[in-house]
Amino acid sequence: MSPMQAPSPQPAPDVTMRGQTFPMQMAEEKKPVAGEVAKLSTTNLNFYYGSFQALHGISMQVYANRVTAFIGPSGCGKSTFLRTINRMYETIRTSRAEGEILLDGEDIFKLEVSELRKRVGMVFQRSNPFPKSIFDNIAYGPRINGSVSRSGMKEHVEQSLRRAALWDEVKDKLNESAYSLSGGQQQRLCIARALAVDPEVLLLDEPCSALDPIATAKIEDLIFQLKDSCTIVIVTHNMQQAARVADFTGFFLMGKLIEFDTTTVIFKNPAKKETEDYITGRFG
Amino acid sequence: MRHFEQELEQLKGKLLEMSALVEAAVQRSVAAVAQKDRSAAEQVLHDEARINALEMEIDEFAINLLATQQPLAADLRLVVAALKINTDLERMGDLSVSIAQRAVSLLSEPVITPMVDIRHMSSLVESMVRKSLDAFVANDADMARSVLASDDAVDSLRTASYHELVSFMEKDPRNIPQALDLIGITRSLERIADHSTNIAEDVLFLVKGIDVRHHAEARQ
Repeated sequence: MSPMQAPSPQPAPDVTMRGQTFPMQMAEEKKPVAGEVAKLSTTNLNFYYGSFQALHGISMQVYANRVTAFIGPSGCGKSTFLRTINRMYETIRTSRAEGEILLDGEDIFKLEVSELRKRVGMVFQRSNPFPKSIFDNIAYGPRINGSVSRSGMKEHVEQSLRRAALWDEVKDKLNESAYSLSGGQQQRLCIARALAVDPEVLLLDEPCSALDPIATAKIEDLIFQLKDSCTIVIVTHNMQQAARVADFTGFFLMGKLIEFDTTTVIFKNPAKKETEDYITGRFG
Repeated sequence: MRHFEQELEQLKGKLLEMSALVEAAVQRSVAAVAQKDRSAAEQVLHDEARINALEMEIDEFAINLLATQQPLAADLRLVVAALKINTDLERMGDLSVSIAQRAVSLLSEPVITPMVDIRHMSSLVESMVRKSLDAFVANDADMARSVLASDDAVDSLRTASYHELVSFMEKDPRNIPQALDLIGITRSLERIADHSTNIAEDVLFLVKGIDVRHHAEARQ
């Protein structure tokens, strides 16, 4: 964390929609959903880029083995929130987070960052394979961690590629460059690479925004299958995608979590006017 | 206004046109029976074709909106409610035709009953139809709930009327053809009330996002 002095938390500014100004109202803090187990839990999380407060008092739970989607307009803080979960923001010198994030009850700010990122993997908007072979892209993490023996690596790579529904397409060219793959395949390779270290949580930051509908459908099927083995958090601008893949959805606006509920409630009958205006396209 | 919002307004406009036709059909069919008004009955039969055409038009329009706009939240509820209300309205149109046809066959005969229950039932059903459609137009959940409360009264009147007409048949077999027509009319009126109830339930779904069918609210 940056040693710089952060200002005290400020209330989020009001938001103007269609010439009307609405006071910002945050999601009411809800009790955990019955029958669900919290994998991640944040309490009063504030985040700053220098003097700019990007997140305002986020308190919520991400449930285990569920897909949670975050939606909201550009700059609303959803990606920032995602990046705080595995402390990816720490590469930005002036950034600072305060509040609490618990992973299975453990304070993530007290974990070794390498340990945290082993447990919380991330896949970005644009696929970013290493300039290496397909095989080496997957083997990279387990080699560094020493979590898989040399003799077991081949099987582990195959298993990771199978989990990412990519094995059948690449099994005969494992030694070819990852760059030889199509955009959709490269993104699934990145997911396979994240899965290779057996993360408990997988963060997906707009994973399909550069993909065609067929590649998008494959990633969405994959998300559906992966939730058996890990907890998934996805940030997306595609409302229909959130509706298709997520069990729970949170709506961010101006750094605040305005509403969080089951995906059906959010897309069928949201409680907050701001959510309704955003998802029906009447925002701004 | 965005193009999609204009399309939603068009959908609502078509549904309002259909509502006006169906409400008039119900009123005219009742007038045809109660006031022996042949021209009212003929108008109902004439308007049926337009109601049927509008049903198809609205269905196609709403399905196109679902396919091309993928509406969500209140927009989704409006399109889904429009599809369901459309079906109910068309059935109400058919039932008005059925009442009008029976009214025509009753025109030449002296009535066997003062039809107190039928008149009372008709005015209650007309009020339910009007309120359910007004509730839709005004997005008025309270008015929609008041429609639900009237359905039991219509059912009771229908039962009372049925027993009265059966007793007429028992008294004199020559009454049977007319009593059967009147039983058919009360049955159609009761069904029109059921469709108004469906519309009121759809309005509650549209406005509040809640499902009150089959006592779902009480179960929750």
